[in-house]
Amino acid sequence: MKFLNPKRLYYYMGRKRFYEWLILLAFMLFFYGPLLYMFMLAFANKYQVPAIIPQEFGFQWWEYVFKQKSLVSSISLSFTIAFIVTILSLIICLPAAYVLSRFNFRGRKLIMFSFLIGNAFPKIGLYTSIGIIYYKFNLMGTFLGVLLIHMLESMLLMIWLPAGAFRSVPREQEEAARDVGASPFRTFMHVTLPLAWPGIAVSAMFTFIASLGESQGTLLVGLPRYRTMPVEMYGVILDYPATAGAVFALILIIPNLILILLMNRYVGSETLAKGYKMQ
Amino acid sequence: MADKIKLEIRNMTKLYKNNEGVRNINLQVKEGELVTLLGPSGCGKTTILRTIGGFLKCDEGSILIDGQPVEHLPPEKRPTAMVFQNYNLWPHMTVYENMAFGLKLRKVPKAERHRQIMDMLELVKMTGMEKKYPGQLSGGQQQRIAIARSLLLKPQVLLLDEPFSALDAKIRSQMREELRKLQIDLNITVVFVTHDQEEAMALSDRIVVMNRGCFEQIGTPAEVYNNPVNRYVAGFIGEMNFLEQRDKTIAVRPENIVINRETGTEGIPGKVRATMILGHYTEVTVDTQYGIIKAFIPCENSETFSPGENVTLTLSKYHEFAKEEKAS
Repeated sequence: MKFLNPKRLYYYMGRKRFYEWLILLAFMLFFYGPLLYMFMLAFANKYQVPAIIPQEFGFQWWEYVFKQKSLVSSISLSFTIAFIVTILSLIICLPAAYVLSRFNFRGRKLIMFSFLIGNAFPKIGLYTSIGIIYYKFNLMGTFLGVLLIHMLESMLLMIWLPAGAFRSVPREQEEAARDVGASPFRTFMHVTLPLAWPGIAVSAMFTFIASLGESQGTLLVGLPRYRTMPVEMYGVILDYPATAGAVFALILIIPNLILILLMNRYVGSETLAKGYKMQ
Repeated sequence: MADKIKLEIRNMTKLYKNNEGVRNINLQVKEGELVTLLGPSGCGKTTILRTIGGFLKCDEGSILIDGQPVEHLPPEKRPTAMVFQNYNLWPHMTVYENMAFGLKLRKVPKAERHRQIMDMLELVKMTGMEKKYPGQLSGGQQQRIAIARSLLLKPQVLLLDEPFSALDAKIRSQMREELRKLQIDLNITVVFVTHDQEEAMALSDRIVVMNRGCFEQIGTPAEVYNNPVNRYVAGFIGEMNFLEQRDKTIAVRPENIVINRETGTEGIPGKVRATMILGHYTEVTVDTQYGIIKAFIPCENSETFSPGENVTLTLSKYHEFAKEEKAS
């Protein structure tokens, strides 16, 4: 291991590159460290806090987690909710995004900005006030209530990203469609929507992932009847050692990973990157 | 038949918020005629075209096609078709799908659709391109498809908004010829917008010269060139020398100037500045009391004038405009 001696490396690589490497190393540690650590913990049988490396490795906690009956049902519930939320958000937010991108009316900027405000407050404060409204409308502990909370979270993304995507569709493209005889609705379905698709796909993907990961709101509104994966995880973390939590967290990562890989495969990273473009 | 009025604009006014736009436009276009709206950018020519196409609502006046008012109709209900400056083919559809879109909306049966598209592709010399996407075509090819897409719907009036301005010079003149041929063969009524006076001269049956939202002159290319009604038209179309005099401006085309070697005779005395051979004619610039005057001399009788030589210019043909007109 002589070649890893910092002094050797310093003179071998030169000063500038040495520091570049140091910064990169620090960044990698910061970025991947927690992930790696979680990965390691998930395969530990025994772990005591002051130590860094677990005392005993094994699959003990995997067995435990998979034995929990509530887990499987929470996974399917999470996916069902995420799916419905994504579809509903698309239906509600896309027309709004289109209006905000195409029509210049008074207060347009204010409305766009107001979507940010919802994300500026600490969530928990927002949920308390939402709770009051929920009790009034008997939404507490209902499926609809959980859906609404999730959709609220996705609003910002679902309107800002597609609005940018719609704006990047040249108006003349729509005019050309109107010119050959398409009604405004057909124009939207056949020209605007397909052209704005990358931006919409990205926001739909994020909405799906955000809904899978949403915990606070579901915890407050859905319990005890609706336990999604992240809600279930709170219980696991509170009641069981960190190793069980790590196992569960890894399981939570898998659907997101699959989703992103699928998107990359079918949408293409270029289109995906294009979807992020906001104007 | 030849004199049937296809498109008529009556007292049309369209103003934007900044008070720019077009006022009191009156225009009649006959069936099978190609009329060009010519003017600098911002003169309102595109505004007129877009109101005909239905993309802008006119504030006052009416637009009639075949005697029927259309100003209240949205673009999809108007018997017009527009070809845009940037082609505006839909990039997510193939050439075939681009062309089929309008026909599908008109519920043309599939076999009939196919036949019409193939015929049209042949007409614009693009056979074999139907499976390609617009991104795979050159600018000239895209514009051909865009024109084909519009023609396919058999519009009563075809509107072209600077369709060739994004193409390079060689393809532009080729497309110009092809369009003119198509237009005459199919007897289509066309309103063409351009800022390129050469293009207007080459294509048009009649030219409408526009300036700041108004029509300055309507006439055939020859009329507009030979008898400009005012200084603006004279300067906008072709090359023109302006000799400012006390109460009037004399406008004379370079080809209407005769250069004489003798000095002291009647005419405008001057000194040759430079000569330039431009193919079949020679351009001679002469310094005179009115400023620099440009003259075109046929090559065969161009005794090469040398710079600094004293000459006398006579005008074989010229126009006079009163000074007030310049201010307007």
